[in-house]
Amino acid sequence: MPTTTLAGHTVDVNEEGFLIDPADWSDDLAAVLAAQIGITLDDAHWDVIRFARKDFEATGESPTIRRLSTAGGIPPKRFFELFPQKPAKKLAYVAGLPKPRGCV
Amino acid sequence: MTTVLTDPIVPNFDVVDPDRKLAIICSKGNLDMAYPALVLANAALGEGIPTHLFFTFWGFDIINRKTMDHLKFTMLGNTATHMPQGLGGLPGMTAMSTHQLKKSIADVGVPEVPEFLEQIVGAGGHLWACRMSADMMQLNEDDLYEEVEGIISATDFIEMTAGAQLLFI
Repeated sequence: MPTTTLAGHTVDVNEEGFLIDPADWSDDLAAVLAAQIGITLDDAHWDVIRFARKDFEATGESPTIRRLSTAGGIPPKRFFELFPQKPAKKLAYVAGLPKPRGCV
Repeated sequence: MTTVLTDPIVPNFDVVDPDRKLAIICSKGNLDMAYPALVLANAALGEGIPTHLFFTFWGFDIINRKTMDHLKFTMLGNTATHMPQGLGGLPGMTAMSTHQLKKSIADVGVPEVPEFLEQIVGAGGHLWACRMSADMMQLNEDDLYEEVEGIISATDFIEMTAGAQLLFI
């Protein structure tokens, strides 16, 4: 298990770079993680991130595109605009959550 | 053992093969033959892969406004239900099997066909209808789900999806 330092935060990550422990996450760290993948967070990103964190707490799963749409009220099109190309994976990464497991 | 890294590990999100495309030909109108195409299209789009679906023959039922929300599942000819085949032919069995399958699909949080198509389009997927099927069934664009981009020939589709990986379902 690698440990990495991101803008002064020392965190355990998996081989791909996803945080091992969602509790290591913070608002500061989210901005750093987002910057790593070329995303500058604005309020719309934050709404999605907050939902993902809350939903993970409740369900133990990182939200999929479908879950974001039904439970989070974020339509797929909007989600793809905020986190282009691989929205569910990028959101999980920035929100300090594991890669989503769900198929849909 | 813990390895401390000075350079952060960043997932390779943007390494999408720029030439990778997926083409899915949907030729069946059974409920259980619609979902594999929709699930795979959705998965590909979620990975940033441009995806085109071509609906042809019985697959037209998936995009026909009249039938898209009423696809059925039958036990007949499907040995994977592990039930006596004779049962499948009894009155009401197809309705019951369809109800059961729809419930199982809903239980895992997967939407019904019309809503699933909407999600696929929202994720950037492209829906195309087959010209020959439309002519055979005497259907036009007004009969089809509004997000279908056009009624095109098989040749058009083959041309449009040059170099794509192809699934025939």
